[in-house]
Amino acid sequence: MMTGTGEYPAKRKKLEVLNRAWFILAALWFSLLLLPFKGLKPALILFFVLSAVILFMQYIAGFVRVLTARLHALTGRFKAVSLSHTTSLTVRASFLAVLMVLPFLAQDYFLDVVVLTGIYIILALGLNVIVGFTGLLHLGFAASYAIGAYTYALLNTKAGLGFWYSLPVCAGLAALSGAVIALPALRLKGDYLAIVTLGFGEIVRLILNNWDTFTGGPNGISGIAVPYFFGITIGRLGLHYYITLMAVVLTYVVVKRVRRSKTGRAWIAIREDEVCAATMGVNTMRYKLYAFAFGSFWAGLAGALFAVKMQFVSPESFTFIESVLILCMVILGGLGSIPGVIVGAIILVMLPEVLREVQTYRMLALGAGLIIMMIFRPQGLLGGWGDERRETKDE
Amino acid sequence: MFFQQFINGLTVGSVYALIALGYTMVYGILELINFAHGEIYMLGAYLGIIFFGFFTLTGLTSYSLSLSLALTIILSTAFCSAYGMTVERIAYRPLRNAPRLSPLISAIGMSIFLQNYVMLTQGATDKVFPHIFSTGGFTLFGATATHLQTVIILFSLVLMVSLHLFIRRTRMGKAMRATAQDRIMASLVGINVDTVIIVTFVIGSGLAAVAGIMVAMYYGLVNYSIGYMAGIKAFTAAVLGGIGSIPGAMFGGILLGLVESLGAGYISTEYKDAYAFMVLIVILLIRPSGIFKKSAEEKV
Repeated sequence: MMTGTGEYPAKRKKLEVLNRAWFILAALWFSLLLLPFKGLKPALILFFVLSAVILFMQYIAGFVRVLTARLHALTGRFKAVSLSHTTSLTVRASFLAVLMVLPFLAQDYFLDVVVLTGIYIILALGLNVIVGFTGLLHLGFAASYAIGAYTYALLNTKAGLGFWYSLPVCAGLAALSGAVIALPALRLKGDYLAIVTLGFGEIVRLILNNWDTFTGGPNGISGIAVPYFFGITIGRLGLHYYITLMAVVLTYVVVKRVRRSKTGRAWIAIREDEVCAATMGVNTMRYKLYAFAFGSFWAGLAGALFAVKMQFVSPESFTFIESVLILCMVILGGLGSIPGVIVGAIILVMLPEVLREVQTYRMLALGAGLIIMMIFRPQGLLGGWGDERRETKDE
Repeated sequence: MFFQQFINGLTVGSVYALIALGYTMVYGILELINFAHGEIYMLGAYLGIIFFGFFTLTGLTSYSLSLSLALTIILSTAFCSAYGMTVERIAYRPLRNAPRLSPLISAIGMSIFLQNYVMLTQGATDKVFPHIFSTGGFTLFGATATHLQTVIILFSLVLMVSLHLFIRRTRMGKAMRATAQDRIMASLVGINVDTVIIVTFVIGSGLAAVAGIMVAMYYGLVNYSIGYMAGIKAFTAAVLGGIGSIPGAMFGGILLGLVESLGAGYISTEYKDAYAFMVLIVILLIRPSGIFKKSAEEKV
């Protein structure tokens, strides 16, 4: 570490100056790009701010390097000292107990956000099966979510069916929709698959938007009934909270179990090396189909919960951006890591609520975050498989 | 009605073709779906409105309309090319050897970023491009092609032919074809692959910018969210003609424009946007290599 610093001081100095000049040029470049959109003054401000930031970053670069190394060591240790079985059980039990009594402690607003977080956790866990476990990029996940929500909305408002009877139908239909999208997955790979799923998502949204007589068109469906819960009356919000909590726990347990089963291992095998998996006797087509159906099943469940929570559904809630948002949760937490995607969902739902003032910059930050994440930490916050694959480039 | 829809479809189709060229060129060289390409087109439309507005404000437009229009196109193209280069440098180059999903996700991130960047800097309301072309036109088989439509079709044609000549006849074009065939081999024979990729992005973004300005003139209205749908449609066009193939993209774009406008005329306008997706899905299922490519070799 020490060698090399003192050897060619003159050359080093020159390099540093050159580097600095490059950075200033970069700052100039970005402000030039901003110029037509915002005018001269903001462009100049951007230039000075960027230059200052870049110079400052260069100044503290060494410090940051030490810090990230420390952080890496820390996260590594965090993983190494995983809790023993009994302690982890107590931790989990007490965590669940806190969640059980939360409606009596928290404010309505907070509870509302928690319910929304729960719905997104289910969605992220479902998408994680497809993208994280099986390695198939799905860009139309909101379609399955929409199918779940609309199924409940229609069954409830048109057929008068209750929540608990509709729920299996919602999840089942969503799973079926997943299987329908998966049919092309049996033939296509990589990017093409992603585009077909995207197209499917858009077609579903366009149908919901245009089939006025059945889905209510852009106006959506309102007046969806609140479910009964063993005759207990604890207020609308509390009710949603408990139903969502139950669904989240169910999703978590089932997904975790299936991940460890033969099916789950087959998914991972397909993700790691499809050809190899096929050679070892995994029926890749069938398991890909399972992954899509199983993952979409949870989207249907989440959709029904969303319809109940909002008591209103419209196509606007199920756009492409929604699919991307769920994908971001999976990527942020770590592709394939179950605790990771839960953390990802919590962060992406809670953070914008906390940072109310910067709400307008939310999507901007999301886009930038995706790029930064892919470049600097593709494995996500809690470490999925993103980095393991760096060495074995496919093709 | 058929000929009217045909002319409308041809106009929209040549715009799709211009955008599709950017997709197909980038895919040919990097095997990457440049998701942000639709946003570059949207940036082009905005830049066109901004520069034209600037020239109107400074009085150049009333002095010479054609000069200010030409300057608008040149400046917007230059800026869009700069944006395209920057997108490549930031979002794609660091991920060139990463797993295939990573650059795709980063491209989606870039697309969201650019969309919101324009929304924040320019506002969420529609922007208007002033009417500068007279409403008259040629009448052919009972259908009217306005002057603007004629200009769009002809200008696109000129650009496409010159791109074709550039790819076929120049040294740089040869380098691009070599890089598309085999990137590593191309670098071994002394082609600077980085330069080739930058040139690809510059040309693709420039064409998208021209498409953006022409659409802004054609519809008169521009919104920060137009890039997404146009991007998908152009991508469909590229796939339709066989992604990676430049004549394929031109043909695919025009075909898609015709399908869309005839579908809107004869079946239903409400599902206008869905036709592109349906064409895309059907093509990918039946003939994923596109209409022109002979056979798709599957890489394992």
